[in-house]
Amino acid sequence: MSAPSAPSTHSATASYVRRLGDNALILSQRLSEWCGKGPALEEDMALTNVALDLIGQARLWLSYAAELEGTGRTEDQLAFLRDAHQFHNLLLVEQPNGNYANTLVRQFFFDVGHYFQLNALSQSTNPRIAEIAQKSLKEVTYHVRRSSDLIVRLGDGTELSHRMLQQAVDHLWMYTGEMFSGDAIDVAVATDGTGVAPESLREQWMQHVAEILQAGTLQMPAADAWMQSGGKQGRHSEHLGYLLAEMQFLQRAYPGAKW
Amino acid sequence: MSKEWPLWEVFIRSQHGLAHKHVGSLHAPDAEMAINNARDVYTRRNEGVGIWVVRAADIVSSSPGDKSALFDPANSKVYRHPTFFPMPEELKNL
Repeated sequence: MSAPSAPSTHSATASYVRRLGDNALILSQRLSEWCGKGPALEEDMALTNVALDLIGQARLWLSYAAELEGTGRTEDQLAFLRDAHQFHNLLLVEQPNGNYANTLVRQFFFDVGHYFQLNALSQSTNPRIAEIAQKSLKEVTYHVRRSSDLIVRLGDGTELSHRMLQQAVDHLWMYTGEMFSGDAIDVAVATDGTGVAPESLREQWMQHVAEILQAGTLQMPAADAWMQSGGKQGRHSEHLGYLLAEMQFLQRAYPGAKW
Repeated sequence: MSKEWPLWEVFIRSQHGLAHKHVGSLHAPDAEMAINNARDVYTRRNEGVGIWVVRAADIVSSSPGDKSALFDPANSKVYRHPTFFPMPEELKNL
């Protein structure tokens, strides 16, 4: 029916849904590292709120992915017992928090892509995917509004905040391309309408990002700049291993521990 | 922070409430961010359907020293209190 290398539709959907869950899970873990360390009480609460939104979304995606796999693995096992090469999140979300500008720009780049992705997925031909996307979209609509507002204010803020934001934009830019490059799994799920082709989101993303960066008096890096890739295929930066070591410590040290 | 992030007072109208109620304060650089922050700090458990924010500096308050002049006189004059009318059952919010 199809070429031997092409994934079957069912396993492609499982992989696709797991990727969505991995993005939310890893970014949530990153954001929760800020808890109690935010630059102001209001920011601290906002970041942890976003982290909680994302962990909720990760649970919905990963529990559905576990169902689709049908091997008896649970969402907890997917979160806590996989090694780095078995995670298929975007490289962008595993990048370290750095300073507040790095965290904000990472969030902004992801939120905008996430918004357009969920917006498309809320029309998915797979009702479960459509449901999760619609629920998540409500939260992400706020995330993108908040991170866009902050980029404008800090970009157009003091000389120092402008410089730090510009540095973060330049540094993280190479991780944005991966959001818009599809592979065999993306093609498989886009073909039957369960997923969305990443390439189709690029123009909307570029347009919103350009608009906000301009409002924040920030320079947008070249659209055709060289881009990092590999996260979706399990090839990660050196940062993910450390993140997982911390996140998974309890389950690794005390297998099956519950509280 | 106090200079760049002024203090804002936050008023929230709750799900079943008829009026906005003061719930607290927060710091934010401008009105739009104050609304965003109020949403994060005060409304995450479905508390509200409406938010007002106002700069604390724009609020004029009565002074505690004026308490007796402003509030005392009516207490000894029961005829000033509308408590003699039987209220219809249907009026729940008065």
